[in-house]
Amino acid sequence: MNAIVFDKVWKEYGDHVVLEQINLEIVERSFVALVGPSGCGKTTFLRMLLGEERPTRGSILVDGLPLKPEPDADRGVVFQRYSVFPHLTVLGNVIIGREFEKAGPFGRLFGRARKQAEEEAGALLSAVGLAGQEKKYPSALSGGMQQRLALAQALMRRPKVLLLDEPFGALDPGIRSDIHVLMRRIWNESSLTVVMVTHDLSEAFELGTRIIAFERPRNRPEEAERYGARLSADIPTPPPSAPTVPKGATVTKDIEIWPKKVAGSPGVLTRHGHSAPRS
Amino acid sequence: MRAINYRPDKTWRLALAFLPFALLLLTYIIASDIRLTENPNDKLLPSFARMGEAIDAYAMKPDPRTGDYLLWNDTSASLTRLVIGLTISTAFALVLGIVIGLLPVMGATLGPVVSVLSMVPPLALLPILFIVMGLGEASKITLIVVGTSLKLIRDIALRVKDIPREQLIKAQTLGASTPQIALRVVLPQILPRLIDSVRLEIGPAWLFLIAAEAIAADSGLGYRIFLVRRYLSMDVILPYVVWITLLAFLMDLGLRLLQHRAFPWFAEARTA
Repeated sequence: MNAIVFDKVWKEYGDHVVLEQINLEIVERSFVALVGPSGCGKTTFLRMLLGEERPTRGSILVDGLPLKPEPDADRGVVFQRYSVFPHLTVLGNVIIGREFEKAGPFGRLFGRARKQAEEEAGALLSAVGLAGQEKKYPSALSGGMQQRLALAQALMRRPKVLLLDEPFGALDPGIRSDIHVLMRRIWNESSLTVVMVTHDLSEAFELGTRIIAFERPRNRPEEAERYGARLSADIPTPPPSAPTVPKGATVTKDIEIWPKKVAGSPGVLTRHGHSAPRS
Repeated sequence: MRAINYRPDKTWRLALAFLPFALLLLTYIIASDIRLTENPNDKLLPSFARMGEAIDAYAMKPDPRTGDYLLWNDTSASLTRLVIGLTISTAFALVLGIVIGLLPVMGATLGPVVSVLSMVPPLALLPILFIVMGLGEASKITLIVVGTSLKLIRDIALRVKDIPREQLIKAQTLGASTPQIALRVVLPQILPRLIDSVRLEIGPAWLFLIAAEAIAADSGLGYRIFLVRRYLSMDVILPYVVWITLLAFLMDLGLRLLQHRAFPWFAEARTA
């Protein structure tokens, strides 16, 4: 299922064109990394995918159907900050997904249902390396552990698409490579399409099956508002002939990574990346 | 060492905290002594012995006319009004604040009217309340509610809006409905902040209470100090003021402890 199609999508805020003429198809189980300079609309793109923002023109289709206009449980998300709930313990943060799903307006599970949710959550927590931390509050966790928790929390509802907004941007390099290993394993093992916004090109190439670069091709200050970002690079392998670049900012490069990584295939965990799994 | 880097240790901190109180007390004792040596019948700055006698008469002995212990009677009357008023106010603020802060339609409907009403000076409403509701308890409690709830509502609404957008999005991606978001994401995070807001409203609540009691009441701390003012009984007024201050301080302290106990994550997240 979950092929995502962007059909001539524009996003404008008043007179300010953020994205123009985005045409894109994201196939199931790909790991798309969005790169580009600050303010080029990567996050806007992600927010549209999330359903938090709607395109000004054009449409976004999932499996041929228009995207739902508000966030839902089909699309999980991990932000750089504020992804977990500070008032819930580690365990509570993961269980809450099941509680939202199964419980009524009060959103609380009791008895056997809760027990079952706790077991599922416990399994997820040990999968992300947080076993034994169940009773702590997020503020007692390091940044890397908080992001692991955010991943476990998002995975509890088994989303079809996982959206990551610079999820590892604030982490130390060592912690980051550990969490890359985890991220690749999650993508490989669960049936997920991942779209990740990142500033870090090496991260994009390490994790992504496809890199999409946004850029504003024209940079005249007096018309900065009038043209949005375009896809400047969409990189598959082998690299395609350079796309004809229209005005404005859009996808300028779209790169597919070689050798091909295929989710679920056994080689994917070891073949790539600079770091051996450490934890 | 620079002044900004000089931190007193625990003992010093305690001593420094007591210092201004001691100075205030000392100033009073000296001033009172000067006036009393000049005129032993001076009522303006009574000696501590005089105040002790007054406390004894008001707190330890029943009033010869009514048989009540006046201080305790006044305290229970005032605290009842204050606590009922603040409780109603807090309940309003919690419900309306969350509704206004979380639901854009309700925010658009109720936000402006709450902003405008919160600018009405509550004391200017007091005559209206007395006319409409009579001179009994209802009008005094209503004054406290009117005086504190609108500010509390605005405050809570703002704090709801301060909850990071990411958290509300996250809850939606976990499949939460609006009531679930209100009850499981917003409410628990607002409660400790609500305690902070209520702490700040204790002062105004006392102000409105004492104003209402001064004008029309037959018991209460505010009623008493305005009553004995006619006889220039500073020996009663001063202990009463200290007692009111102490009560307000203890309420503040109690709420702070409650916040600490009930919401351990809050202090951690705040310092983190």
